[in-house]
Amino acid sequence: MIKIIKYVMADILRNKIIIAYTIFLLVIGMSVFNLEDNTTKGLLSLLNIVLIVVPLVCIIFSTIYVYNSAEFVELLVSQPLQRKHIWLSLFCGIALALVLAFFIGIGLPVLLYSFSATGIILVAVGLMLTVIFVAIAMLAAVKTRDKAKGIGIAVLLWLYFSLLFDGLILFILFQFSDYPLENFMLFLSTLNPVDIGRIFILLKMDVSALMGYTGAIFQNFFGTLPGMITATIVMLLWMVLPLYFSLRIFNRKDL
Amino acid sequence: MIIATNVTKKFGRLTVLNNVSVNCNKGECIALIGPNGSGKTTLVKSILGMVVPDSGFITFNGQNILHNWAYREHIGYMPQIGRYPENMTIGHVIAMMKDIRKSNHNGPLDEELIEQFDIPNMLNKRMRTLSGGTTQRVSAALAFLFNPDVLILDEPTAGLDPVASELLKEKIIKEKQKGKLILITSHILSELDDLVTQVIYMQDGNLLFHKSLEHLQNDTGEKKLSRVIASVMRNQS
Repeated sequence: MIKIIKYVMADILRNKIIIAYTIFLLVIGMSVFNLEDNTTKGLLSLLNIVLIVVPLVCIIFSTIYVYNSAEFVELLVSQPLQRKHIWLSLFCGIALALVLAFFIGIGLPVLLYSFSATGIILVAVGLMLTVIFVAIAMLAAVKTRDKAKGIGIAVLLWLYFSLLFDGLILFILFQFSDYPLENFMLFLSTLNPVDIGRIFILLKMDVSALMGYTGAIFQNFFGTLPGMITATIVMLLWMVLPLYFSLRIFNRKDL
Repeated sequence: MIIATNVTKKFGRLTVLNNVSVNCNKGECIALIGPNGSGKTTLVKSILGMVVPDSGFITFNGQNILHNWAYREHIGYMPQIGRYPENMTIGHVIAMMKDIRKSNHNGPLDEELIEQFDIPNMLNKRMRTLSGGTTQRVSAALAFLFNPDVLILDEPTAGLDPVASELLKEKIIKEKQKGKLILITSHILSELDDLVTQVIYMQDGNLLFHKSLEHLQNDTGEKKLSRVIASVMRNQS
């Protein structure tokens, strides 16, 4: 399995996009901290990059990459290799490359300029989101044979997680504003990894007071150790479940 | 060696394989013949585990191949249309295959075809720049490389020039004499004449017959395989 990961990684690194992505993140990470004296402000700017750009790049790049490795997968499937290993190696190769890119691009500047609990959580959330969106991309790519359709689904999924979901939540909040929805909100936010990440970071920045009563509920839940552990488990589920379902489909797929 | 029992496969509403049962043994050289779209390639891919049958099962040396993968180390497969990672060079692909199969292959490698096909001089060419014929040469060389007990060749001579095609044919005869099981699908019946011992004829996903060549020759009174098949088809319609 390690051999296949090696070949996937080598192929991705030869592909210049991942290097461009690393440099792009590094430039932003460095400039944000050099423009602002206040590192918290810098972190806040980076927050948007982490929550919007990272999922977008991860899901699009992974989907296209999986489609482009169709030949590679086909070649390996006729060899004495387990399908499970081929698929997981592909996942590990892509995830590892993107994690590495994020860590160099955002992780290093944050750790250099703002080595604090907030900074570390920002990097951790970014790394988790990277892996989550690679897993979601694998599921989108294995489900549809048509490349254009698969990439379209990936873009729609990103739109849903980054924009539509918040709209839906606001809609529900206004429609049912007469009812006590705080705990329900807590549950709803676990349906979107991007939201969990955002709440996680905002709470650490101590700006939860700005979010009113809901903010207090979130603080009460996510601020405690059990709450943090639950949120981390939910994030881990967001990595494992899409990957598990994609693996099940791949195992029975005709090539 | 390979036994397929009641294998059925549907792609949507289309039945590609309908209750196909075959029994292939060591030392046989089997020609898989049938019109386009009769399910030959699907049968071959089912044996390789690339296509998962809807019902029925296939055993290799007595073991069910479902969820099994180790058996594929005994198979050399040459696909009809070889598809390879486009960015890799021929050298990379061959090195990668050697690397991947190293752990479960411990015997000498058979590089005869690589030499005969002049592949060492093209190691730096990228796969996407190759012509169809050159890709077929690489596919053929890879199929024979690990000295497998079973060779599955899907349209091996399609796209090869006469010289390469002749070299490949000689190689197949040589391997057949070593007692290997060889499965060939082809449309060019004249090429199969001095190779095959058995014939499987498929039509619309059904296996019409599986007989030895001698048997067929006696039945029809013809010598050449192409005439034998023509005569069989005439009698059936």
